[in-house]
Amino acid sequence: MATSVQRTSQLTVADLKGRVDPDWCPGCGDFGVLAAIQKALVELQIPNHNVVAISGIGCSSNLPGFINTYGMHTLHGRALAVGTGLKLANHELTVLVTGGDGDGFGIGGNHFIHTMRRNVDLLYIVMDNQIYGLTTGQTSPTSRIGMKTKSMPFGNIEAPVNPILLALAAGATFVARGFSGDQKHLTELIKQGIVHKGFSFLDVFSPCVTYNHDNTYQWYRPRVKKLEDDASYDARDWAAAMEKSLLWGEEIPTGKFFERTDVPALHAAEPVLNEGPLVHHDPRVPLDVARGFIEELM
Amino acid sequence: MKQTFAIAIGGAAGQGVATPGDIFAKIFSRRGLSLNAYNAYQSIIRGGHTLLTVRTGPKPVTNMGDRIDLLIPLNQDTMDRHLRLLRSGAACIYNADTIKPGTAADGVQLCPLPVSELADITRNKVAQNTLAMGAGLNMMGIGFAALEEALKEQFKKKGEAVVAENVGVARAGYDYAAAHFQPFRNPLPKTEKRYAVLSGNIAMAMGGAAAGVKFYCAYPMSPSTGVLHWMAAHARKAGIMVRQVEDEIGVINMAIGAAHAGVRSMCATSGGGFALMSEGLGMSAMIETPVVVIDCQRAGPSTGVPTKTEQGDLWQMLGAAFGDYPRVIAAPLDIADCFKLIPEMFNLVDRFQCPGLVLCDLLLSEGRLGVDPKDLDFNQVVDRGELILPLNGNGNGASDAIAANGGYKRYKFTDSGISPRAVPGVPDHIHTVATDEHMEDGVLISDEFTNPIKRRAMMEKRMRKVAGIEASVPPPTLWGPRDAEVTLIGWGSTKGVIEEACEILNEQGLSANQLQIRWLVPLHGKAILELLKDARHVIIVENNYSGQFARYLRSETSFVADGHIRKYDGEPFMPHHIVEAVREQLDGKTKLSVPVHEIMV
Repeated sequence: MATSVQRTSQLTVADLKGRVDPDWCPGCGDFGVLAAIQKALVELQIPNHNVVAISGIGCSSNLPGFINTYGMHTLHGRALAVGTGLKLANHELTVLVTGGDGDGFGIGGNHFIHTMRRNVDLLYIVMDNQIYGLTTGQTSPTSRIGMKTKSMPFGNIEAPVNPILLALAAGATFVARGFSGDQKHLTELIKQGIVHKGFSFLDVFSPCVTYNHDNTYQWYRPRVKKLEDDASYDARDWAAAMEKSLLWGEEIPTGKFFERTDVPALHAAEPVLNEGPLVHHDPRVPLDVARGFIEELM
Repeated sequence: MKQTFAIAIGGAAGQGVATPGDIFAKIFSRRGLSLNAYNAYQSIIRGGHTLLTVRTGPKPVTNMGDRIDLLIPLNQDTMDRHLRLLRSGAACIYNADTIKPGTAADGVQLCPLPVSELADITRNKVAQNTLAMGAGLNMMGIGFAALEEALKEQFKKKGEAVVAENVGVARAGYDYAAAHFQPFRNPLPKTEKRYAVLSGNIAMAMGGAAAGVKFYCAYPMSPSTGVLHWMAAHARKAGIMVRQVEDEIGVINMAIGAAHAGVRSMCATSGGGFALMSEGLGMSAMIETPVVVIDCQRAGPSTGVPTKTEQGDLWQMLGAAFGDYPRVIAAPLDIADCFKLIPEMFNLVDRFQCPGLVLCDLLLSEGRLGVDPKDLDFNQVVDRGELILPLNGNGNGASDAIAANGGYKRYKFTDSGISPRAVPGVPDHIHTVATDEHMEDGVLISDEFTNPIKRRAMMEKRMRKVAGIEASVPPPTLWGPRDAEVTLIGWGSTKGVIEEACEILNEQGLSANQLQIRWLVPLHGKAILELLKDARHVIIVENNYSGQFARYLRSETSFVADGHIRKYDGEPFMPHHIVEAVREQLDGKTKLSVPVHEIMV
């Protein structure tokens, strides 16, 4: 979803600093995600007034307030629906939807599935910490079986969702996983997700240092293995991606699982937008067209 | 009494009730006759019982009326249910091969058609419908050419042979009636007027297009789906992005997303879907991004009766979303008003940057009315308020000195409560909007920093818009004699039927006037009290159980009505329901009348 708008000056990371500093706990994985987004935007040199960061509700969903782009801090679980409407009304904008695992896979699960099958041209970054943080530590849709939380003090007995598998099944055209502890790799994945013309899903392991004592940086670091390091892995192969998505345990794949470029993005499939973004259209229906509408009724 | 003529066509769903209804409507409207159509049906695709009433006349016809002049039963069930409704002067045309008439009232003409003699029923399965149309039009005194023309249009896609066959069958019915049946006493005249015939759903969709709506999305829900159908069919010609969404939560959020990018955005649903949209309305108000939401009410609660009408969502709408916030709520008065209201609503919500809610109902949404084409005016004033769009095409979003220095504040405190609204893509106006409480620049005062002084100031900024909205919306007026013996108050879709009830009462020598409410928020309570100050006997008429408007009026003004007429059986009021209820209340028999709907549908 690259945009081509004239630039007046070089965009720097300083330009992207928000009006307030993040209020996340010291050590939170979300700092790494914010920094990677800022770096990716600088490397792509997308003017910040043409970028919209849209989130739902939760710790990670506070992100739009911490970055100097247009932002929308919407309702719990609804950011993808808002982002879809916004993208369709002005498809020249670069839309980043950000949020957490509870927001995206729990309360927003329905929108997640349908936004993927529609191939809306936006990048959806989930800061996945496998816990509800802002409500002080309850089980989330990605919490592992056995994990003890305030809402399941004797251990979780419900199987977690597998976001990568779900995204592949729902028809997402770009599916990747990052780790907040690997900035360089994460920045690269964000760049690829922005450039991809269609729905890009990026699940990021973003440890919660306060409430999740199971899935910590230390737990992840020896387990994550980049798919890019395996020369035989072909991200165009959907079946191979499905297989890789099932890996969990001693080895957990990160990187780009899957990308296909042969499916048009939703806005590109709709002839109403042939003449450019909706926001630039004349709001009036031409009077001869309107007369035709009335004549149908006579 | 004004001249009207009502046809009722009944049968099972799938038997072809709609086509004769459409053809009669076309013929009447082309003669310059006003018409109103109402279809009583059930939530079933094949079977059940459907009764379509088409009422027409040279003067404006606003409701289904009290009388059926011509009944066309397409099956025995329809004959058994409705023949008893016919009074002297009426007629019933039916297929003598398959339907047995019951006992009709004195002066009712039974018109049996020997269908298998007049048409080849092995070839034409709906021959009885076509024969009955021909026979009926003959009895109404309408020349055959009108029917021939309508049939040609109806069947032209199926080829000349089909057209010729249908015209032949219709002709046979027309000639048979001339030879065997008595014509109706008052033939239907012609006038020079011309009408477009449309449903309230089509009217609201077209009103949206006329208002400059560029984004429409919906989840299918009866009785609102007709808005989606018109929008989808005309999207490319009108340049509107139309999306079907996974649920109504997605609908409202997607609509707000599009609106936030700077286009006019609308959605429609019924009570159940509206319930799901509630949280989104709060977002629209809090981030100050305008959106228009239509609720086509059906009989509730819960799934209720999906194909039946009610005015039962008023309090849901008044209470939708938590917290206090500015909004506009209006109920269209008739199908022409369904069109007219939408551009007015958009101009208000664009100026005041808040949600606008349209409270329609099944009666208008799915009913049809002959509307003067001049009332479907696409040459509308589009007032987008203090909107700053990206510079490209129509945009005005150039940077000014204040913005270039980082001084733009999305939620700037102003006397009106309205702050200039820049949308994403405009340079130097970067900001984040939030559903959390925020300061003038959009920064949150909800999480890390809270501040009672700033919270109060921002609440008051938003709520200052209420005074501006009230000043922009006219108060209601009283129709009819000022010193009438009875004043009838209604809201929204009951306008036409109350109007006709008042006419009948006045003809009977009982003077009646009418106060019909269109704007529900703002209500203009003081103006209403002033109008009712001298009223002698006030009765509130509404299509719900608890008197939702009566309770709302009382909560806003302390006004207590003398009596109530309510109906919650799923069917609309007929004029005589109101007339008889007024009489029994003025006689002191009751303060609450609940008329019985005598048509079993």
